[in-house]
Amino acid sequence: MRFGVTVFPGTNCEMDTLHALREALGYEADYIWHQERDLSRFDAVVIAGGFSYGDYLRTGAVARFSPVMEAVAEFAEQGRLVLGVCNGFQILCEAGLLPGALQRNVHLQFRCSWSHLRVENNATPFTSACREGQVLQVPVNHGEGNYFADADTLAELNRNHQVLLRYCDADGSVDPAISPNGSVENIAGISNKQGNVMGLMPHPERAAEAILGSTDGRYIFTSMVNYVTGRTARV
Amino acid sequence: MLYKAEVKVALKQAVLDPQGSTVEGAVKSLGYKGVSQVRIGKLIEMTVEAESEEQAGTLVTELAKKILANPVMESFTYSLTEVK
Repeated sequence: MRFGVTVFPGTNCEMDTLHALREALGYEADYIWHQERDLSRFDAVVIAGGFSYGDYLRTGAVARFSPVMEAVAEFAEQGRLVLGVCNGFQILCEAGLLPGALQRNVHLQFRCSWSHLRVENNATPFTSACREGQVLQVPVNHGEGNYFADADTLAELNRNHQVLLRYCDADGSVDPAISPNGSVENIAGISNKQGNVMGLMPHPERAAEAILGSTDGRYIFTSMVNYVTGRTARV
Repeated sequence: MLYKAEVKVALKQAVLDPQGSTVEGAVKSLGYKGVSQVRIGKLIEMTVEAESEEQAGTLVTELAKKILANPVMESFTYSLTEVK
């Protein structure tokens, strides 16, 4: 199992992501520079977080036109797994690989804190290692994670069970007051309709080792590996 | 011919504008009355070389749709002035 981790100018979570995948989880992983077009050696791609192109214009707006994003679109088109974390989620939305957009946090503050996430759908390549309704503890670190989609898009997301994670409290109760950013319907992570592209604002790579306070991020990566390799490993 | 293009990008009315609300709150706290619906957008200026104003308009529209604005939450308008 080999992960590719994209690096744009301004990406800053690629080392954390590579460390989590290689050292904490024991898989193969390599960086993908934003000028690359060949992703054939990878089984899954992670669009790592950060501030690609300084978040100029809009978050992810410039990165989406990089050569690697054309390759990522083809990779996704082939049904292979693409995970966008934080700025990666923003880039996937800008690229049209995920519906909706991410807006400035409703309180205008940058939030760096733990968050709780309720697993809304565990029948996906990204969440199959979780129980439905399981509460994951994973940190957020963003100023623009306020998910927005119009009413029709939201209805479709809900109808197709594309909302995979919602912000909740430690007991799994979803309350708008608990959301770190004001996301519509407390949405923290979604997938595309086909289910092979996921974006989430929280950082699973920062919750992959006990020393960091939580290993719940491993559920996401382990699910992906299970999907690709056909095994059914537990976290 | 050269044209100066000004592209105004604004959040759609249906999209909440936390920055606008905050500025509105600040205006009110300064004691001003009768100010409401503050919205914050972007003004993007550029110089465009084109054979006609129509052609310049087509190019600016294409750029606005492709990169300058995100159609999910933003709308845009533009104006063109010939640079002499």
